[in-house]
Amino acid sequence: MARVPSHPALADGAHPFPHEHLLGIAQLKPWEIAFLLDEAEQWVDMNRARMAKRDDRLAGLTQINAFFENSTRTLLSFEIAGKRLGADVVNLGVSGSSVKKGETLLDTALTLSAMHPDMIVIRHGSSGAVQLISEKVDCPVLNAGDGRHEHPTQALLDALTIRRRKGRIAGLRVAICGDILHSRVARSNFQLLASLGAEVRAVAPSTLLPDGLDGYAVQSFTDMDAGLAGADVVMMLRLQTERMEGAYVPSPREYFRFYGLTEARLAKAAPDVLVMHPGPMNRGVEIDGAIADDIARSAVTEQVEMGVAVRMACLDVLTRKRRGVEGWK
Amino acid sequence: MTPTAPLALTGARVICPATGHDGIATILLKDRKVAGIGHAEPPSDATVIDGRGLVVAPGIIDAGVFKADTAAANAGGITRMVLMPDQSPPLDEPALVAYAQGSGKPDVWVHPLAAATRGLNGAELAEIGLAKAAGAVGVATGRHAIADARVMHRLLAYAHGHGLTVVSHAEEPALTAGAVATAGEYATRLGLAAAPAFAEALAISRDCRLAEATGAALHIRQVTTAEGLAVIAAAQARGVDVTAGITPAHLFLNDMAVSGFRSFARLSPPLRDERDRLASIEGIRAGLITILSSGHDPQSQEDKRQPFADARAGMAGAETLLALGLGLVRDDVINLPRLVAMLSLNPARRFGLIAGTLQLGAPADLVVFDEAAPWRIDGRKFHGAGNTPFDGVPTAGIVRMTIKGGDLVWRV
Repeated sequence: MARVPSHPALADGAHPFPHEHLLGIAQLKPWEIAFLLDEAEQWVDMNRARMAKRDDRLAGLTQINAFFENSTRTLLSFEIAGKRLGADVVNLGVSGSSVKKGETLLDTALTLSAMHPDMIVIRHGSSGAVQLISEKVDCPVLNAGDGRHEHPTQALLDALTIRRRKGRIAGLRVAICGDILHSRVARSNFQLLASLGAEVRAVAPSTLLPDGLDGYAVQSFTDMDAGLAGADVVMMLRLQTERMEGAYVPSPREYFRFYGLTEARLAKAAPDVLVMHPGPMNRGVEIDGAIADDIARSAVTEQVEMGVAVRMACLDVLTRKRRGVEGWK
Repeated sequence: MTPTAPLALTGARVICPATGHDGIATILLKDRKVAGIGHAEPPSDATVIDGRGLVVAPGIIDAGVFKADTAAANAGGITRMVLMPDQSPPLDEPALVAYAQGSGKPDVWVHPLAAATRGLNGAELAEIGLAKAAGAVGVATGRHAIADARVMHRLLAYAHGHGLTVVSHAEEPALTAGAVATAGEYATRLGLAAAPAFAEALAISRDCRLAEATGAALHIRQVTTAEGLAVIAAAQARGVDVTAGITPAHLFLNDMAVSGFRSFARLSPPLRDERDRLASIEGIRAGLITILSSGHDPQSQEDKRQPFADARAGMAGAETLLALGLGLVRDDVINLPRLVAMLSLNPARRFGLIAGTLQLGAPADLVVFDEAAPWRIDGRKFHGAGNTPFDGVPTAGIVRMTIKGGDLVWRV
């Protein structure tokens, strides 16, 4: 069974998360991922407390959430995360931006940077856009999803959910099912889960499986029953409606027949299987509504909860250097 | 035009693949023509340039550029450019062809390829007969292949009747629509929309078969995959009049260059995997690929400083063509006379240009270069746009002089 490499001894002046930005899981070492997950635990506890949920460590810092692509839950999650830590949070949505007026992305980045934010959270429809912006601004940048490239905080919240439910990640068999081809969630999860020692499977019709999955140490399955066999975690992905009308699969009903998560199919997985979905769900298309609602097996709402905690941890850790936290010079 | 004084280059290695000349000699240029190669003393009224340690070759004919960039051409030893019809507006009118033909003179001569279809729309044939009369040396499908097989069939048949070579882009359009990379691990990791590499072989197969059926002359400007080359080889064995070209980018870079979302490496066709890159080099060694061109397609900062998929495809290539081409000689893939042929004689023959040779009476178009002089590619120092995926790469081979029609247009 694979083990998570432990944190290497830190040399003088080094700290456990030597990254300026959070652009993707690809740049993170296993112990850096584990560090972020450990940091998130305290925020889970605070968020659950019935009293005032407030910590002032980011007081006086400005957080810009620049979302160039529509989002409800991720934007809300980042906003709550920032506010719970005391930051001044400003949201920039597509409709309110100059992007529609023909301004280039880099001009937008420079404009944002000139307002001296202390962290920028970015979602953009093009792979690599967040990295491009990060090269031009003077503050930490958090990737909230770029094209089909990465969505690191989603992978982190998924990992935290799994770790809390299962007590570990190493050695678990995780089946990620659905539209792998277009999914940044899948790409970030492949890397994170494999990095922490899980056995990762990709389950999808051939038209939704990208080339080169071997490079991730991911096993591909086109037969969902085979892919789910013995799975400890089943992670369902959303399939956009327009991709089900003949472009990649013939119809929603045919998709559900072969790739929908039903009781019968879930019976192939481990008895204590955990079912996850990044949301929003298409009930009756990729997942049977009853399974999604079964709190014993489904972690869907818990994923949302962990999302806030993980994002609080990321915002805290990435601003430590700038806040002059001891040991983070 | 006033006659230029005779110019004599002495002591250089003079290479002319057309005549088979390769040796130290004096070359004399007079009245804009090559007036002699040999060991005689230069005439007393001639300007004499000491060429010891240098190579003299026919001026480079860059077969398939998107911008007739005079400054970049002169710096790169290019004396003629075969211009793609993807201009603004596209070269689908005889008058536009005639204008393009005059656009580079006197420092570089532009030989336009006429648009195969009106507005490069891939649907209706353009007036390619009239375009030929206006100076077009061939017709081209532009940045994309013609999707409709019936249109391509008619184009090849019609162009054959006019004795024009058809230049085609080898990517099956439906398969590559929206794609910005070659399908594979790198594209998947970066989350880039990708098309399979075999989209090239599919396009070449169709076009070769149509060329075979019509007897047309077909040039695939960029053949970049093992499978595509195999199709070319099979077609040539059947007697199809098809030739293949390539650019240095596909010979010296693979899809790894895209990692980090480097938009300067966004090219069309996209960079291939290492196996295909090596196959392309073997394609040159085997003589399947006979034309090396820059694919010069400079882009503005605004068009390149974008997320990878939103950036425009294309690179500035004119100023690095010779130096990168010399890499093939250094790597023992081909010898220097063969490289010279790929850069001048072969494109001249394919497009019917009276150039690419140093025989007596030929136009005095020359490149004079130091084969071994090292330098580091630096896009900021380019004379044209600087978007090169080779930025920072050490190379060797410096163009010391470019002579166009007997005039020294570049000297360092």
